[in-house]
Amino acid sequence: MTVIPPTTLVSEDEGDTRKVPSKLSRADRRALAVKGKISSPWASGIAIVLAILWTVPTFGLFVTSFRPRAEIRTTGWWTLPWNPELTFDNYQEALFGSSTSLSTFFVNSVVITLPAVVIPISLALLAAYAFAWIEFKGRNLLFVAVFALQVVPIQVTLIPLLSQYVDWGLAGSYWVVWLSHSIFALPLAIYLLHNFMKDIPASLVEAARVDGAGHVKIFFRVLLPLLTPAIASFAIFQFLWVWNDLLVALVFAGGTTDVAPLTVRVAELAGTRGSQWHLLSAGAFVAMVVPLVVFLALQRYFVRGLLGGAVKG
Amino acid sequence: MDWLLHPDTTPEKLALMLVAILLFVAVMGLILFGIDKIKRLPVWAVVLGFLGPTVLFLVFGLLYPGLRTVRASFYDNKGREFVGVDNYVRAFTEDQFQIVLRNTLLWVVLVPLLATFIGLVYAVLVDRSRFESFAKTLIFLPMAISLVGASIIWKFVYEYRPDQGQIQQIGLANQILVWLGLPPQQFLLDQPANTLFLIAVMVWIQAGFAMTVLSAAIKAIPDDIVEAARLDGLHGVGMFRYITVPSIRPALVVVLTTIAMATLKVFDIVRTMTGGNFNTSVVAYEFYTQSFRAQQQGLGAALAVLLFVLVIPIVVYNVRQLRLAEEIR
Repeated sequence: MTVIPPTTLVSEDEGDTRKVPSKLSRADRRALAVKGKISSPWASGIAIVLAILWTVPTFGLFVTSFRPRAEIRTTGWWTLPWNPELTFDNYQEALFGSSTSLSTFFVNSVVITLPAVVIPISLALLAAYAFAWIEFKGRNLLFVAVFALQVVPIQVTLIPLLSQYVDWGLAGSYWVVWLSHSIFALPLAIYLLHNFMKDIPASLVEAARVDGAGHVKIFFRVLLPLLTPAIASFAIFQFLWVWNDLLVALVFAGGTTDVAPLTVRVAELAGTRGSQWHLLSAGAFVAMVVPLVVFLALQRYFVRGLLGGAVKG
Repeated sequence: MDWLLHPDTTPEKLALMLVAILLFVAVMGLILFGIDKIKRLPVWAVVLGFLGPTVLFLVFGLLYPGLRTVRASFYDNKGREFVGVDNYVRAFTEDQFQIVLRNTLLWVVLVPLLATFIGLVYAVLVDRSRFESFAKTLIFLPMAISLVGASIIWKFVYEYRPDQGQIQQIGLANQILVWLGLPPQQFLLDQPANTLFLIAVMVWIQAGFAMTVLSAAIKAIPDDIVEAARLDGLHGVGMFRYITVPSIRPALVVVLTTIAMATLKVFDIVRTMTGGNFNTSVVAYEFYTQSFRAQQQGLGAALAVLLFVLVIPIVVYNVRQLRLAEEIR
């Protein structure tokens, strides 16, 4: 996760009220304007080539994951039409075979990810509320400090944290993985959620205050419902980041079947069984399926979060 | 109660997960309940309730360890003897690390430029076309795949089979070379091109991010500007060069710097594809090997600090650009 600076660079499409009224809608006029460009064979040719380049590598591995082991070793996946043999054996072996047992690691990934999404978002929501709606001394200074912590690469913190965990006797347990992921997510989460909170009209909060609502009531009754889209988009971010993480898991979870997530196991397979493509391809897709489903289902929120953070503010 | 620390079976693991979430909810609930119910609580106590856990986490997990690492980078590998800047001197002078620095520079320059360029071109090409959202999803999808997964996908593309007799290529890249009548290549072994082939993977992942952000920026360019330019006779590449690019300049800066920072810290790709061998290592990966494999803790700390120092100018530039953009507005 990286620093995303505060500014409004891009207004949302629908937010543009200055536009001169005209018979054609804005989208229609743009569509007319680009028509000439898109129908140019060069432009669509380039777009298609890029789309193919971005899709075919994944598709190739996907096809491979269903081909029999012997076939994978001798022919390319693009020969499928001539050897139309498909099988689930690779998945069977990758998931439950004694040498890979990815199903165990799949459970580990789930167990690691859920608390590592829930905990930092809850903490960040409370912190963002305090920064946005409670007046106290040193508030701005503290907020800038939290903002600045986004710049710290997590690599800088790994060894001191690990030695601390070893001292506590907690190294290699879920607890320290959850704790670490939560800590590393906080600065960005606070920053983004704070921005969204600031966008809520102050009059709404004032009105609740006049009605005698305390901070806790305002937080739960007034703000939380309005923040659901922002929470959803950050939750997807955090979910993808934790599920796909390798570094934190390698350092704190170790490589044991007890704790290590899928990414660690699949990366190991790539190292030790680099040529066993039947296991590697199936394993890669076992690790990919959950984030892909989440991504495709919730793409809208994910993009909104991306734009809310990187371009809006 | 051993399962609370070392769960073995799946039910135990899932139970532990629930325990952790419930424990967290209970503690937070207690704090909030206290804030809500106790009358006339001073402001500092309320603030402590809302911010206390977070500040505690951040000081424990980011601030203090960060300072410890800065200190460790000036000590020997056992952390006992003060050695001044020796670790940094090693990181900058030894041949092995010079290659690491050169590679890192290549990554940080090439990935943001290529990913942003491709993302921008693609965003312009598919803008307002009939298949826009589908076309965008195709490019954006790699963002959801872990770097490990992406590395394996591309490792398979680069897979090499010796060029002899009946042996057929199973990696697409080499098959294309063979179809073109060229000899197959060891993409991941042949130096120094192998670094470029690793960089391609990161570009593949990041282009979707660039495309999404820039596409939103392009859509926000005011119509009157576009129309005025058209009346002045700008079309196609001219429009792109003189209207589109300058209008989305702030978004371009954000995208470039965000990708640059992500690239600086990337280590999964190097680890999964080459294990840092064949002169492909980068600072973020070298930090890992030196700290956790070679037991060179001082050197590892110096590399981590170096990573931090390299991020700072990127951030400063970014913030300054944004200030400028706000002033203009």
